[in-house]
Amino acid sequence: MIALDATDRALLRALARDATQGAGALGRALGLSQPAAWRRIRRLHEAGAIKGRRVVLDLPALGLGVTVFLGISLATKGRVSLDDFERAVSAIPEVQTVQHVLGLYDYRLRVVARDLPDFERVLRRRIMTLPGVGQVDANVLLSEERRPGPLG
Amino acid sequence: MQIDDTDRRLIRQLLADPAQTTAALSARAGVTEATAARRLARLRARGVLKGQEAVIDWPALGWAVEVSLRVTLDKTAPRAFDEFIDAAREVPEVLEIQTFLGRVDVRLNVIARDMAHYQQVYRGRILTLPHIADIEALMHVAEIKTGERLPV
Repeated sequence: MIALDATDRALLRALARDATQGAGALGRALGLSQPAAWRRIRRLHEAGAIKGRRVVLDLPALGLGVTVFLGISLATKGRVSLDDFERAVSAIPEVQTVQHVLGLYDYRLRVVARDLPDFERVLRRRIMTLPGVGQVDANVLLSEERRPGPLG
Repeated sequence: MQIDDTDRRLIRQLLADPAQTTAALSARAGVTEATAARRLARLRARGVLKGQEAVIDWPALGWAVEVSLRVTLDKTAPRAFDEFIDAAREVPEVLEIQTFLGRVDVRLNVIARDMAHYQQVYRGRILTLPHIADIEALMHVAEIKTGERLPV
């Protein structure tokens, strides 16, 4: 596991806010030379501390006005049914994320749709017809905020 | 603002590989580099493209446990939402705060180093948040699909 010092944590915080910043700008903000900042950023990437970038979009402006989280319990369980379910649910374009969870549900899905009637269509035609699907619980997202996390 | 097919193609290609150069992006989207640069600048100026965030791999940094806490609030308290969310922002282990219309009011994504640490955070920082009427936990087991694609 990679050991982080205060400068590494500051770099991670800055990149989590804006991943497009170059080593020059980040170095200036943190009192590092451009090559020193670049070396540290490369080390963070190589150690797997940063796993990629997230593009932040105004979804309603793109015609995707509704985000719904679904909790799904499988009616039948077993190795085969989990694989079948995961393959089928991952192929639905409106399903953005799929998480396997332990607790009240087996899976947690993030679904985007144009509006509520469009969401209902996705739910009826794509979700409820998935292999092995049992109980489904839906919550419509009203607001969302990401926090910097324990990098203080 | 009117989003056309060219904008959508650029956004799709950007989602597929956010770190790629404008030259690579324009080639994949089938437009000239000048068009791509102009379109991306316009999408940014109109707030459709809000930015890019580095995604931190918390398990790689030693935060092995991730739990989704679904919270129902005591809505008889007039400022329950605001006071709960303000207090949740003060907990460093909280990565996401989402509010919902549905059975769940608020969801917190919480990380911890291990189960013993999670127990400590849960008892010491989460259960002490104001106006909680009910709380249930989903433990993340695996990410099956992550949100790099959108039906745009």
